[in-house]
Amino acid sequence: MIRYILKKFVIMLVSLFFLVTTTFVLMNAIPGSPLQSEKATSEAVQKNLEAYYGLDKPMIEQYGIYLKNLVQGDLGISMKKKFQAVDKIIKESFPYSLKLGIASVITSIVVGCLLGILAAMHHRKFIDNFAMVIAVIGLSIPSLVMAPLLQYSLAVKIRAFEVAGLNGPLDYVLPTIALSAASIAFIARLIRSTMIEVLNSDFIKTAKAKGLAGHWIVWRHALRNSMLPVVTFLGYLTAGVITGSVVIEKIFAIPGLGKFFVQSVSDRDYPLIMGITIFYAVLLMVCRFLADIAYVLVDPRMRAGGKGK
Amino acid sequence: MNNDTNRGSIRPEQFQKIDRSNYVFERIERKRLTAWQDIRYRLVSNKLAMTGFYIMCVVLLFAIFAPMISPHDHFTNDLPNANQAPSWQHLFGTDDLGRDMFERTWKGAQISLFVGFAAALIDLIIGIIYGGIMGYYGGKVDEAMNRFAEIIYAIPHLLVTILLLVVMEPSLTTIIVAMSITGWINMAWIVRGQIMQLKNQEYALASKALGAGAMRIIFRHLIPNAMGPILVTLTLTVPSAIFTEAFLSFLGLGVQSPVASWGTMINDGVKSMTLYPWRLMFPALFLSLMMFAFNVFGDGLRDAFDPKLKK
Repeated sequence: MIRYILKKFVIMLVSLFFLVTTTFVLMNAIPGSPLQSEKATSEAVQKNLEAYYGLDKPMIEQYGIYLKNLVQGDLGISMKKKFQAVDKIIKESFPYSLKLGIASVITSIVVGCLLGILAAMHHRKFIDNFAMVIAVIGLSIPSLVMAPLLQYSLAVKIRAFEVAGLNGPLDYVLPTIALSAASIAFIARLIRSTMIEVLNSDFIKTAKAKGLAGHWIVWRHALRNSMLPVVTFLGYLTAGVITGSVVIEKIFAIPGLGKFFVQSVSDRDYPLIMGITIFYAVLLMVCRFLADIAYVLVDPRMRAGGKGK
Repeated sequence: MNNDTNRGSIRPEQFQKIDRSNYVFERIERKRLTAWQDIRYRLVSNKLAMTGFYIMCVVLLFAIFAPMISPHDHFTNDLPNANQAPSWQHLFGTDDLGRDMFERTWKGAQISLFVGFAAALIDLIIGIIYGGIMGYYGGKVDEAMNRFAEIIYAIPHLLVTILLLVVMEPSLTTIIVAMSITGWINMAWIVRGQIMQLKNQEYALASKALGAGAMRIIFRHLIPNAMGPILVTLTLTVPSAIFTEAFLSFLGLGVQSPVASWGTMINDGVKSMTLYPWRLMFPALFLSLMMFAFNVFGDGLRDAFDPKLKK
């Protein structure tokens, strides 16, 4: 088991290094200096600016400095946002994204599991079909359609919620729904299919034969065994939430990290793009790594054998 | 015999022999089907999947023919007629430059579908070659190739795509290339798993014994037999590619004006949805409809290939 975790950890580190290097190479491959602007700057000013950003040094040295700063958590300075430090921008905006992210991860798991369990318990009956049609629809409506749709119908037309912003607890409702719809659908389908299999297995029949109540069987015996794939999915769930938040934050005007990411992309603010990309990547990789560990811990077969993928 | 007669009530003469000359033992009631016929039958009898299939066909037909028939085009500005509501003149209304939304929606469909299919096709080609080699050779080759794939896979693919698009000139080709750089891995792993299962089967061994080369065995014998899971993965790749393209266009990294994909149009529509909701409604509707169709059809296909789900 320790070997497995170690292997995953090494792969994560190599991937990270790979990404960091690629990012650096790509950003340096862009023709033209990021300091060039339409306004003509004198030779001396240009030189000074280059020296300030360390762009006058040879490439290898720049790369070394970049790596060193990165390890220390210094992501450079934004070029468009009045020369703010990138890590400061991230530090200020990330809490919004984090709160929204946690809210939607919890919603996805709770609602998704409930929907899946209901469907599995009433397999091939009306509730099952109904839940699965809802799930397919949820999976099919992308967040960039879902968010404006909710905004238009519930905030603009009915005025039940604020159109934008993230000030009160009620403001979380619409972005959270839009952000978690796809994951709810995915989890519901996942839980349903594993649960149907589990409910047909021998130990459930034994539990039934012993005379346990139906809900007790589902809760104590079936659910535990059906949760495994969900645990693996958690790492990918965070990925979905993060990419989704980019869209959602733009539409609901939430000052989170996603909004800055969109801005940085349209501004071509390279240090900010680089910084946020690396930040997202680290976040995602750590989440997936934790999900891998959680999987090993949850699945007794993995604990005993410690082999396999 | 004696015991029987002693019972009294039933005598041997009362027994009658049944004529069994016309009786067929172990008759197969079900119609005999080949594997592919069976799959097709099960797919066709799945109503939801077929609904998806028909939606796909209709949207595809419209995407191809509607721009040809329509009297408008997607790039001519007509400012006096900007932001008009849907009418007989403009079925889906017009956008902020007076361009016909009906025309633009189907042009957008062409782009979104092209990106979806092209990305899926590239994934398929790379995935089959990489996965085929990985699965067939096994051992050290597999180990090394698998590590490489794992490393690429661990990098969040949307981030890489965005990075590449920031650097490269945005165009249809770059979007597809950027998406394929990380997209093929899933397919490669599916193929690898299949090949590993199949490579020790008798027909593969027979082919090997007859002197066939590795490439011939992989592509002539193993891949055709692994077609089921490959097809299913392919069907489910298309909607995710369409979604990724819409997402990228939404960020302003997609195809550039005057051409517009569904993602670009949704992005434009969101800005003005309180005043001109139709500008958001139509591209959003068709994007969702297409995603729905592909997902449902892909699910149906997977179920049809899964012998465990046979009724």
